[in-house]
Amino acid sequence: MIVRVQVVPNSYYDSVALMAVAAIVNRQPGVDVAALLMGTSANLELLRDSGLWDPQLEQVSPNDLIVAIRATDEQTATAAIEQAIQSLRAASPVRESVERATLPRTLRSALRLSPQAQLVAISVPGPYAPIDAEEALRAGRHVFLFSDNVSWHEELRLKRLAQELGLLLMGPDCGTAYIGGIGLGFMNAVRRGPIGIVAAAGTGLQQVASLIDWFGSGISHGIGTGGRDLDERIGGITMLTGIDALAADASTKVILLLSKPPAPKVAQRVLERAAHCGKPVVACFLGHAPESVDGVHVVGNLTEAARVAVHLATARPLDEVNLQGVEQLRARVQAERARLAPGQQFLRGLYSGGTLCDEAMQILAQDIGDIYSNVPLREELRLTNPHQSKAHTFIDLGSDEFTIGRPHPMIDQTIRLERLQREVADPTVAGIVLDVVLGYGAASDPAGELAPAMEKARQQAQQEGRHLSFFVALVGTQSDPQNYERQRRVLETAGAIVTPSNAVAAQLARQLVA
Amino acid sequence: MGDKIHQLLESTPEVINVGLELFARAVRQQGGQVHEIEWKPPLVEPDQRALALFNDPTIAAANSEAVTRMMRAQPVVVDVARARDVIPGMTDRTFLHAGPPIDWDHASGPLRGALIGAMLFEGFASTPEEAMRKLESGFIELAPNHEHSAVGPMAGVISPSMPVYITVNANGTNRAYTNFNEGIGKVMRMGAYAPEVIDRLRWISEVLAPLIGQALRRSGGIDLRNIIAQALQMGDECHNRNKAATSLFYREIAPYLVECDAPASDIAAVLRFINSNDHFFVNLAMVAAKVMADAAHGIPGSSLVTTLSRNGTEFGIRVSGLGDHWFTAPANVPRGLFFPGFGPEDANPDIGDSTITETAGFGGFALAGAPAIVQFIGGTPADAVRATLEMYEITVAEHEIFRIPALDFRGTPVGIDLRAVIRTGILPFIDTGIAHREPGIGQVGAGVVRPPARCFTDAYQAFQQQYLAHHALTTDARREE
Repeated sequence: MIVRVQVVPNSYYDSVALMAVAAIVNRQPGVDVAALLMGTSANLELLRDSGLWDPQLEQVSPNDLIVAIRATDEQTATAAIEQAIQSLRAASPVRESVERATLPRTLRSALRLSPQAQLVAISVPGPYAPIDAEEALRAGRHVFLFSDNVSWHEELRLKRLAQELGLLLMGPDCGTAYIGGIGLGFMNAVRRGPIGIVAAAGTGLQQVASLIDWFGSGISHGIGTGGRDLDERIGGITMLTGIDALAADASTKVILLLSKPPAPKVAQRVLERAAHCGKPVVACFLGHAPESVDGVHVVGNLTEAARVAVHLATARPLDEVNLQGVEQLRARVQAERARLAPGQQFLRGLYSGGTLCDEAMQILAQDIGDIYSNVPLREELRLTNPHQSKAHTFIDLGSDEFTIGRPHPMIDQTIRLERLQREVADPTVAGIVLDVVLGYGAASDPAGELAPAMEKARQQAQQEGRHLSFFVALVGTQSDPQNYERQRRVLETAGAIVTPSNAVAAQLARQLVA
Repeated sequence: MGDKIHQLLESTPEVINVGLELFARAVRQQGGQVHEIEWKPPLVEPDQRALALFNDPTIAAANSEAVTRMMRAQPVVVDVARARDVIPGMTDRTFLHAGPPIDWDHASGPLRGALIGAMLFEGFASTPEEAMRKLESGFIELAPNHEHSAVGPMAGVISPSMPVYITVNANGTNRAYTNFNEGIGKVMRMGAYAPEVIDRLRWISEVLAPLIGQALRRSGGIDLRNIIAQALQMGDECHNRNKAATSLFYREIAPYLVECDAPASDIAAVLRFINSNDHFFVNLAMVAAKVMADAAHGIPGSSLVTTLSRNGTEFGIRVSGLGDHWFTAPANVPRGLFFPGFGPEDANPDIGDSTITETAGFGGFALAGAPAIVQFIGGTPADAVRATLEMYEITVAEHEIFRIPALDFRGTPVGIDLRAVIRTGILPFIDTGIAHREPGIGQVGAGVVRPPARCFTDAYQAFQQQYLAHHALTTDARREE
């Protein structure tokens, strides 16, 4: 080991800069110790103690730079000194502004950076979501709360807070909304128009909005309330707020209300508010016996809701507001029915949207009888094992028991493909009913994922002397990013009967087995 | 109908997206404006009954009160005295130390070294061996500085006859004390106790401290907050870099020192000592921060962190609304750069009361104004800015007086909110000196470190429990009405 010391007179460097360079030089092979120090008395003492002393250090001043190296040989030491001095003098690179390159970590920072943002969309896990939601509300922002697994207590507390502050809280468990031309969560590319929707059902809102678009009209706003808003414990706080908001909104001509079965008391309060809001109202409470209320058009399914709303908004006669081509599809079902083998008698529904699953069961139950489910119409029809179908079974694959730790079937078809494989192997199955929901946020090519499995299943069934029918409610519009027509073609080529209406899909399926 | 909802429906809203990136992309696809957040789950899953505490206006008000007291405390150093004579609760056999409570058995190398040094300095022992024997036998009562209105850097040992600065809050009633800085390298605060270390301490207590005391009395007191505010705009963060602050202090005190009744050689020696030690001011920065932090302590319901401190073995924190309870966990080892001949394997775990500077909104929190420091971790000035920006996420205010030119004179992040640390998982950023793990060696480098998360998660559990208990109490009270 040898020690080499070089003094650079009158060259001040900050001690941290010196230590940083020393650390680099220290890593060079053959270098035992690299010390870069200014010539202060404390530093000289340090060099003496570390055995890096050199007689020329007697003369240095605090403004002199000392480079001291202990290395295996002369050449390494000289190179290290040279490298140290070079590194100190080297120019530093240009960098971009950090404030712009770093995402804020908190809502508070984001609000500070974007004070004009009026709406906060929250989709973090349920146990934490109320914290962000409350912060947004207290900062005077409206909230779209996608997160589920929020407690009843928190839902009620937050909804009351929003009410008190005059703000809109959509959710928790709100899958879809459409505000001022922007879809939130999962939403389709719909035309803007005169119909305002308040929905306690995410895929229900998507279905209705898409059909309104099909019928040539459009949406002013779609306010989501979250699935539990019409429960007695919540009392419809958001739906009532939504009715008031749309009643006051100049671009809304007709108001459409959607929900899964509401608590009767709450339904009554909602309908009363609706009846006196000053605008025509269409109400679709799935599974709720349509009682007529003065001034409110109560309808039984989502497709009807869309038709009646368009009729009211455009003054077109109701029987002219219809989907094209349903008759041809009926004829096709008739033909497929003739090809069923004896014993093929059951329907299986594999849904990604809970509301759509519910609607299909409502439509079918009257004619085909009991339908088993993980989201049954009556408690005695609940499947003991949701992974095992029997007789007529309709499954909401978006439920927690399927999606915990796995992607939702709106985003990824894996869960559905696995289930499909088991259903088609069952010789008692005649038809499979599916919803494929397009739009922003949904999978980019769901038809492409489903079609090969459907095709394979049909071929297999054929080899075994059976015929399998597939009914697809392709929920979406011609403007959706997935390209509606291409999705439809891919599904039809695989042998599916495709319609934009879930009600129509269910009715066609009924025709197969009833 | 609310005007705010009406306005919302009249416009095309801009969206802030908290959570799934998928939804931000969807808004952007539609031509909408969306701003994203990098959300991470909290450090603990909060009790669902206590979620309201995160946005409770009464806690916000308590924190606002606490941080205002912190910012508006005006620390003025007025005099020097013997520790035994002024520090509350100090006895002839009390040694104060940095960090949360600890005993000799658990003390790390540098703290043991400093305690040995103090034994030698006090004349309680004539050899290190004798000092150790007595310390083991409980001859001395050990107590945290923080519990006696005091702070000290690194080991932070203050023994009864050591001189301390007296700092008062000119805008309040509290005061705080600290010892004198001995310079760098082999010094007692880093655990060194060689004869030259003890000799220097003697010179400090016999020559330096009395003269500075005299000069301070002549000056009528020096406003430390002013010096810190200026130094933060001159490249210091006043924890690990005190060049500018030391110079400013030197300018203020020099004329009064020259006027002192003392031999010119002594005055010159004092001035040279200050001039030769870039860290001379750090003790004053700390005592100023202690005055600020104590002013903010004890506000009922406040989740403001009022102490961050380490004893070389454990890191400890205290919270304004949780009384004098310490929440402790094993201290981390700083990452950083080392003096010639030393490396990471020599580093002791984090030590010292100096994190009181971060507690009061400077030190590592003002790193954006002290870019040179960030090179300790091989970083760039951009990393310094990033470190400060990150601290805004866990603090309740921007400092009214401490401002950073590089951030358009934005106030430094001040007042750590325990709740924000839990929510974001962001732990306070600290830049610090590094002591050798063995006693008797001293400082070996400097670097950066974060506190262990457990200090905060334990404190949160206590805070949550208190909140729920208080809540239940008011509910019961309501029921009785």
